[in-house]
Amino acid sequence: MPHTPILTIRNLSAVFPNDNGGLHALENISFKVHPREFVCVLGPSGSGKTTLLRILAGLIPPTSGSFTFGRGEQPSIGMVFQQATLMPWRTVVENIKLPLEVEKMDEAAARKKTNEMIELVGLKGFEDSLPRDLSGGMAQRVAIARALIHDPDLLLLDEPFASLDALTRERMWTELSHIWQARQKTVIMVTHSINESLFLADRVLVLTQRPGKIKMDMPVDLPRPRKDEIRYTSQFGKLAKKLRGAIE
Amino acid sequence: MIKRFTPLFLSTFAFLLGWDLLTRLSGIPNFILPSPLSVWTRFLKAMNDGSLPHHTAITLTEIVLGLIVGVTFATIVGYMLAKSRSLEKVLSPYLVASQAIPVIAIAPLLVIWLGDGILSKVVICALIVFFPVLVNTIVGVRAVPTALYDLMNSLHASRAQILMKVEVPASLPVFLGGLRIGATLSVIGAIVGELVDAESGLGFLLQLGDFQYDTPMVFVAVFTLIALALMLYGIVRVLENRFLKWQN
Ligand SMILES: Nc1ncnc2c1ncn2[C@@H]1O[C@H](COP(=O)(O)OP(=O)(O)O)[C@@H](O)[C@H]1O
Ligand SMILES: [Mg+2]
Repeated sequence: MPHTPILTIRNLSAVFPNDNGGLHALENISFKVHPREFVCVLGPSGSGKTTLLRILAGLIPPTSGSFTFGRGEQPSIGMVFQQATLMPWRTVVENIKLPLEVEKMDEAAARKKTNEMIELVGLKGFEDSLPRDLSGGMAQRVAIARALIHDPDLLLLDEPFASLDALTRERMWTELSHIWQARQKTVIMVTHSINESLFLADRVLVLTQRPGKIKMDMPVDLPRPRKDEIRYTSQFGKLAKKLRGAIE
Repeated sequence: MIKRFTPLFLSTFAFLLGWDLLTRLSGIPNFILPSPLSVWTRFLKAMNDGSLPHHTAITLTEIVLGLIVGVTFATIVGYMLAKSRSLEKVLSPYLVASQAIPVIAIAPLLVIWLGDGILSKVVICALIVFFPVLVNTIVGVRAVPTALYDLMNSLHASRAQILMKVEVPASLPVFLGGLRIGATLSVIGAIVGELVDAESGLGFLLQLGDFQYDTPMVFVAVFTLIALALMLYGIVRVLENRFLKWQN
């Protein structure tokens, strides 16, 4: 890619204090992300994937190493957590609108944008529902809409589809890749599904068992848009095999 | 609406009927157990000569001021304690010790220090309201899901935004539970103060009736107190219905 990277990560390590010398979650992670790139991070559970996203979102500091964003300033971030993390007292519309409220956008403009997002993630008719009345898949779509609404420079997705059933999950893949193409976002997405990463990513990073190190950095040169059938092509199979080999 | 209150009407009617029969059939003298009718007559008289409205207004003022002071302090201190473990370590022994002293025991002291006017009653009322609201504020704020803090921080929300958009609504159910207890206790606080020494208020009226063997007057005062407590309880319930719709 010709552009300067939007994100440069250098020798990042994360150690959580514990009784015997600290729990090493991440060790010496270095990589770059380019604008509009879709990067998937794959790895066994406990390999520090969530920790990596939390560091990038500024929620916790790294123990050592550093990361810098393209123009030096903190980018706006849209984050989807492993759980939908909706506010139970807010309706669907109010939940999606939250980032705009934080930015103090005026009410009319915020309404308009929220309605667009509702349309985009297919939640029309559920605007005034409360989270308790939503299925897992719908709640996760609200979370995705909320992560996108303020047009963030960087999307951080933490296994956003893990809690969904297989059918909904695959529909969400298609929706997410549409959104990504339409909105030209940079995405870092954690997953432990090989299929998911090959379906969505430009590039897959594989982390080792704890402490997480980068074991493999593999470009995914499958043509886009990727349809369901791509899974039965030999190229897909070859890449899947490579990833499976790296994960063991 | 009518259906909802039918059981209440029936039970009130049964209570009055039972009471009336008891006074008629048992031969208990009126100055020990007055009949419902004599209490009602005394009530009308106290309304007409203005004494009941006057004393009720005094007690209600003490209660409302006591609630405002007690709830304000309890909320501020409770929030600070919830946010700072070290502050809690320093303060909580004193707070727990203070609860070991019944307010009734120090009420005479407060009246000596602050005079027999409204101030001592407001303070007693505030003291009795303080603890349940404090405890529930701490519990409520502590129970705010950390995931929602992560969400707000990922959006670079300010402290004030986190307070207003997360901490207040998330802790409101538990807080209002404390307020409900506090509101009922506030009536007791005001009366305790007035019984120690007062020139006005329902507690004063109650004691006056007692000294003069005007037992119907005592009953009128007691029923007015019950009505005040029910009204305060009802107001909190209305707040709960208004603000906690999302819960059920
Ligand atoms: N706040 C924390 N305190 C202590 N240990 C943590 C904390 N967060 C994560 N860990 C530990 O760090 C390791 C990596 O966690 P995580 O990043 O959640 O892994 P993954 O998302 O890949 O499953 C795990 O062993 C986890 O228990
Ligand atoms: Mg994780």
